[in-house]
Amino acid sequence: MTAVVATERLGKAVIDIAEGWGRSWIFFIRIIQALVTTPFRWQLFLTQVLQIGVNSSLVICLIGFFTGAVLAVQGEYTLAKFGATAFTGSAVALSLIRELGPVLTALMVIGRAGSAVTAELGIMRITEQIDALRSMAVDPIRYLMVPRFLAGVVTMPLLASLCIVMGIFGGYVVGVGILGLSSGTFMSQMISAVTTTDVASGLIKSVFFGIIFGWVACYKGYTCGFGAVGVNKATTQSVVTASVAVLVIDYFLSSILTRMFME
Amino acid sequence: MISVRNVSKSFGAQAVLRKVNLEILPGKTTAVVGPSGVGKSVLLKLIMGILEPDEGEILIGGRSITKARSEAEKNDIRASLGVLFQSAALFDSLTVYDNIAFALRERLFLGEREVHPRVCDMLSALSLEEVAFLLPQQISMATRKRVGMARSLVTEPKVLLFDEPNTGLDPLTGQEVYDLIRESKEKWGFTGVVISHELPEVFQVSDRVAMILGGRIIMEGSPDDLLNSTEPAVFQFLHGRTDGPIKIQ
Repeated sequence: MTAVVATERLGKAVIDIAEGWGRSWIFFIRIIQALVTTPFRWQLFLTQVLQIGVNSSLVICLIGFFTGAVLAVQGEYTLAKFGATAFTGSAVALSLIRELGPVLTALMVIGRAGSAVTAELGIMRITEQIDALRSMAVDPIRYLMVPRFLAGVVTMPLLASLCIVMGIFGGYVVGVGILGLSSGTFMSQMISAVTTTDVASGLIKSVFFGIIFGWVACYKGYTCGFGAVGVNKATTQSVVTASVAVLVIDYFLSSILTRMFME
Repeated sequence: MISVRNVSKSFGAQAVLRKVNLEILPGKTTAVVGPSGVGKSVLLKLIMGILEPDEGEILIGGRSITKARSEAEKNDIRASLGVLFQSAALFDSLTVYDNIAFALRERLFLGEREVHPRVCDMLSALSLEEVAFLLPQQISMATRKRVGMARSLVTEPKVLLFDEPNTGLDPLTGQEVYDLIRESKEKWGFTGVVISHELPEVFQVSDRVAMILGGRIIMEGSPDDLLNSTEPAVFQFLHGRTDGPIKIQ
């Protein structure tokens, strides 16, 4: 009997997961369809760029600066063991451009703006505002999701670039100003180590992270359950799902892009 | 105007509507009444095309919203509908003015030169001029309902659907909402569907009444027919008795 119940539960869980996956993919396809067929609403898009992008820029500057600063401290400490402190600049820059800039930016934007997008859409769902849109023959995917999704895709690489620039600045301030490294060596090593493919790799990752951000935040908000508990659950799931997805996809993208650019 | 034909709807194992048939006559207001949780709002969402029935068909102005092939076709049919939601469902990031202008801009794609006079007419007709540039959270629930009404009427729909129009309102404010419905109907002459469990107050805006119980329409007729009905469930519901065939969930 217990085995039957357990099998039933397992089966139901598998079906629920498969159904959720299917629904989220259909949702994604509908966003892409609306994106390419819509009369584009610039004002809604720019409002979302402001909310997701511009309003996140200060916190991105802060985390970028201090991440660069920490990288300089740790890099100098490690490289000193090999007598290679001259490479601190390149270590800071490569770490930020290829990995930490895009990933930290994505995690920060998901935490700050992704939760806000999910909560906003969730509240619109439970207060029947999304039903009101549909009753007025206005497609919520077109009106609500496309601007948020696209704003995520566009702003993520820009914010990652800002994070990288601030990180290199932070690394420079600490490395040259506090640890006494040579300014010329720091900069020249960095310039010689960083290639166009490193920058492209970081930016490509950011675009994918932007897609994950928009997709997950919009889907979780749009399919939010009832009441305050529903919004709470949707927001938590949105942040956790998107953050984990960013880290998992980061691994695969790193592997693919490294091999691709090495060839 | 609206034909609901053999419509059934279940959520999981729970059957909410079972082969419901209902005719909403043009120019008349039909109240759909029944205890809480019997599927009145589900019926409204099926009429709006927001939910899909498991079986059956719903025709609006002779066109089937349930068999529409695409969302665009559904939207075309929905264009003849206006809805006043239970909580008014105003867009809280938009002012009263922008809420009323919304469908004109986003569905009919009208320019501001056409939008402005129509919104101003509606603000004036429903005495909303003073709150035109306030946000929904800055106005009372009764005023929100008026704004919701204005937003529904501005596109001149043929049918207006009201979901529990005075739920959560005090008796005076509730009466104000009923007066608003009656006056608007006289002025704009729409076909109305009012979902409510408030008897006999809802009769003042109803030409016909249909009562839902156990997923079926158990009685349909004029308000007087309902008031004089000897059907035990109708009598129990009408008089708010706890003893009778209706079990409180």
